[in-house]
Amino acid sequence: MSVETPALRLEGIVKTFPGVRALDGVSFSVMPGEVHALMGENGAGKSTLMKVLGGILQPNEGRIYIGEEPAVMRTPLEAKAKGIVFIHQELSLAEELTVAENIYLGELPRKRFGLVDWATLERRTNDILSKLKVTFDARTRVGDLSIANQQMVEIARALTVEAKAVIFDEPTASLTDAEKVVLFDVIADLQSQGVGIIYISHRMEEIFKITDRISVLRDGQYRGTLETAQTDEEEVTQLMIGRTLDLSRNVSHHALGDVALEVRGLTCGDLYADVSFEVRRGEVLGFYGLVGAGRTEIAETLFGLRDPSAGTILLDGEETVIRSPVDAIAKGISLVPEDRKGQGLVLGMNCRDNMTLPQVDDLKAGPFVAEGSEIAIFDQYRDKLDIRTPGWKQTVGNLSGGNQQKIVIGKWLSMHPNVLIVDEPTRGIDVGSKSEIHNLIRELAAQGYAVIVISSEMPEVLHVSDRIIAMYSGRIMRTFTSDEVTEDNLIQAISGIRSEGQVA
Amino acid sequence: MAHITKRDLGGQIARQGILIAFVLFMVGFSLANARFLDPDNIMGVVRSSAILGVMALGVTFVVISGNLDLSVGSMMSFSTIVVLDLHDKIGPTLAIPAMFAMTLCLGAFIGFLVGYLKLNSLIVTLGMLSAIHGLTLTYSGGQNMDIADKEGTWFSVFGQGEIIGIPVPILLFALLAAVLGIGLAKTPFGRKVYAVGGNGTAATFSGIPRARVVFSCYLVSAFCVATAGLIQASRSLGSQNTVGQGLELEVLAAVILGGASLMGGSGTIFKTVIGVLILGFIQNGLLLVGLQFYVQYVVTWVIIILAVWLDIAAKRGRLWSPIA
Repeated sequence: MSVETPALRLEGIVKTFPGVRALDGVSFSVMPGEVHALMGENGAGKSTLMKVLGGILQPNEGRIYIGEEPAVMRTPLEAKAKGIVFIHQELSLAEELTVAENIYLGELPRKRFGLVDWATLERRTNDILSKLKVTFDARTRVGDLSIANQQMVEIARALTVEAKAVIFDEPTASLTDAEKVVLFDVIADLQSQGVGIIYISHRMEEIFKITDRISVLRDGQYRGTLETAQTDEEEVTQLMIGRTLDLSRNVSHHALGDVALEVRGLTCGDLYADVSFEVRRGEVLGFYGLVGAGRTEIAETLFGLRDPSAGTILLDGEETVIRSPVDAIAKGISLVPEDRKGQGLVLGMNCRDNMTLPQVDDLKAGPFVAEGSEIAIFDQYRDKLDIRTPGWKQTVGNLSGGNQQKIVIGKWLSMHPNVLIVDEPTRGIDVGSKSEIHNLIRELAAQGYAVIVISSEMPEVLHVSDRIIAMYSGRIMRTFTSDEVTEDNLIQAISGIRSEGQVA
Repeated sequence: MAHITKRDLGGQIARQGILIAFVLFMVGFSLANARFLDPDNIMGVVRSSAILGVMALGVTFVVISGNLDLSVGSMMSFSTIVVLDLHDKIGPTLAIPAMFAMTLCLGAFIGFLVGYLKLNSLIVTLGMLSAIHGLTLTYSGGQNMDIADKEGTWFSVFGQGEIIGIPVPILLFALLAAVLGIGLAKTPFGRKVYAVGGNGTAATFSGIPRARVVFSCYLVSAFCVATAGLIQASRSLGSQNTVGQGLELEVLAAVILGGASLMGGSGTIFKTVIGVLILGFIQNGLLLVGLQFYVQYVVTWVIIILAVWLDIAAKRGRLWSPIA
């Protein structure tokens, strides 16, 4: 046991949102000079934890210690002042300002009469930039820099304060290999100065290259810390994915019907190319891949939100062109979109109105909306999908994520579609509701719907799909049946590695 | 705990603020001038609010759909001038539909720019405010417009007539409010207006033709403006080119006072009618307590600012917040 005081220590952090326990007693510590990886799947609670550390959210329970001092951070500025610095995945820079102005934004050095001391500003900035070995200088306009260099500006910003802990959130997402080397040098530099580093990334090879320890979150709970040198990818993955969800491979117990939807050589600019697949009635076809692999874009094309540049779409064997969402709905294609709150629901509207929105033109009594029929539809799908709400008058924004998602699913089921596309069915939904939604998807297939599920969560895609299409960078790498698929070959496929002798 | 209580109180004040302010105004006015609550005065206020009210009904549709319409004032001047001019040229029977058609064309043009081309409604309608004013001046050659035979035309009925003792402008306002109120609350089109204003992206993802809905809202607004122009022209039987100038802000004030959110997605016709009456009574009260007519402009502005602030404050549940 080390007697050293951790740079940053979390003790039993709990953060709840209505209906979700986003963080459930998270404790871990980062030693000075340590690179500590924080891993977990989407929705595991990493971003919530980071927001708690960054003073954006206040924990409901638990304590944060910086060095030996208990720390309460009410605002992001307070967190920074206490030495907790973030390098965000999404850049937050003012593009029209210079590098120097961005780095010292809000704390520009002053001369008399409150004028900016440009000479000092430039000198300090260039000192920092020289440490980072970058090719631009203090006066460069940030908007003229590449994304990678903009990230360097973010890092430079972090170096202006006496940092106790620096948190990197997916820092290499947009960096080239050469730029990564520079970044890792910077991290090593910080390390040698005794700064504690939290490194969030999905990329195993980076984690194993630069970190000392790995802490894993799953479903908001702390799952343990591993010494990087004494573990391997499999153990980490195991810990991340866990076995709390029913992960049994799904075996269809029902016969598949006709091909409901077939796509041949579908291409949409740079987004995806030469995509061909078919989905039968009674089948769940999974799409797995990293963010940006083109999966959502395919769904949007099928729903009439994007025009394909080449290829054909066949519905029930007949070639068709889908011009708009209205057109797609008329042809029996429904989309449960990936961004539930942004695309799926009108949060200020009540449950009933949200559910009947696509068919409000058809539910008429004379010139008016037939509210009775609407309530009947709502009641039917509330019971069918087990939507827990005090009543149809409830504003959708007040429901939990799981119940909101069921409203969106109910909205489309009540249209009796031929093909149901579900993009990220359980994003931001708590564990219990997750398995409910999974069962629901399986049930829908059993009832004869052709279902396409797009997911970034491997256990989910493994669990619900009859077949899985692995995508990498806009292309289909391989189609797996449920007997062929393993976690390993799936990971290889979505990382762009073609297995031996495999024709993708 | 004290902190929580204070914040709750702030939220309550924010939610009920307009009502509280209105009650205070009313009590103050009736104490200051006994005539304020006189039935004749009340009828007078409602009557003089009718033109503003009719316009506010249409703008309510536009605001709920998540957009603005600042062109209604100058569009009303246009309608008034056009119908007065055509009255003597082609007779009132043809002049009225011709004026409605022309005004609807203006509304369609705005609706096309905002709905289909997705241009910012503030910029488009602010520009149209000025453009339509220019159009009106061009049409009239800069002259005031008057009906030659003011005594002998039935055209005056819309502005000056009475049916069973109730002034026609009030009847038109009430009729239009009833039709549009039911249309907004009960028809599929109304539902779509709320959906588009509440979350345009989700509406699109639900197969609602967002552009067409926004377009239609501007047509509704133009129809209301044409009706307001008709009342105005009929009341005075002659008009300046600038008769509707500045009304766009009063209309917007009434709509916001009624509780429609500038973010879109909320508000009702009934609430807008209340907003119109509040504005009317406050302006009338200011005159009765002996303040100059132009004080109204300042007070209207203060009311708009107050209403916008309280609207935002009610959303965050407190009067002041460091972040938006």
